[in-house]
Amino acid sequence: MSSSLRFEYQVSGEDFTRAGEASSDIKHKLKQMGVNPTAVRKVAIAMYEGEINMVIHGGGGEILVDILPDKIVMDLIDHGPGIADIDLAMQEGYSTAPDQIRSLGFGAGMGLPNMKKYSDEMDIFSTVGEGTTVHMVVNF
Amino acid sequence: MTVKELMDLHLYELVNEGENTDREISTPYCCDLLSIAMSSAPEGGIWFTVMANLNTLAVAALTETACIVLAHNASLDEGALAKAKSEGITVFRTELPVFDAAVLFYERVKNASV
Repeated sequence: MSSSLRFEYQVSGEDFTRAGEASSDIKHKLKQMGVNPTAVRKVAIAMYEGEINMVIHGGGGEILVDILPDKIVMDLIDHGPGIADIDLAMQEGYSTAPDQIRSLGFGAGMGLPNMKKYSDEMDIFSTVGEGTTVHMVVNF
Repeated sequence: MTVKELMDLHLYELVNEGENTDREISTPYCCDLLSIAMSSAPEGGIWFTVMANLNTLAVAALTETACIVLAHNASLDEGALAKAKSEGITVFRTELPVFDAAVLFYERVKNASV
């Protein structure tokens, strides 16, 4: 790869069953580009967790993905309620997901920790009442 | 054991024949919490679970799971079956509980390798 590429995705805040479409699409694109499988798996998992969070908590939003020669940069932007205590939200097992989401197998408080685990860099920018942006980088 | 070889054994009912059935199954994996499976499901694994919703298929696709076995006769709804077909994921079903279903697979692989 000699140039950078940008992909933009809109994430619906209403349809939980469609969550994962953006990460699935990126996964297929990266595989087609010949990116190493470990990096593809990291990107797919980190971005999918982010998508799920955007649907459950953020009311949907936008994902910007930049594919650079040596890394992929993801910005997941929502305009939901924001995160009051980011350190608390980062703790495994802490969750504010509703019962309906738990019954589908999510809401175990693993989303943000998984995103951190599978990305090489992660920063969360959040303002209560305005929304959250999660910035993640996976190196190739 | 490959996915195709597992299909031919008829240990479980075949719900959907996916793509790449010549793929070698790496290891059995049991989990019903998708958040955990997302971070821990082994690449190329055979995943035993009772969770049979659309997101199960999404997690399997993203983690490169070789095939899924739905225990306790859990069944895919129309949307989930469509997802299994579009993602090319092989899905089986069994009336056995998760542990028994996984042990059945494990014993066959162990005996085959002796």
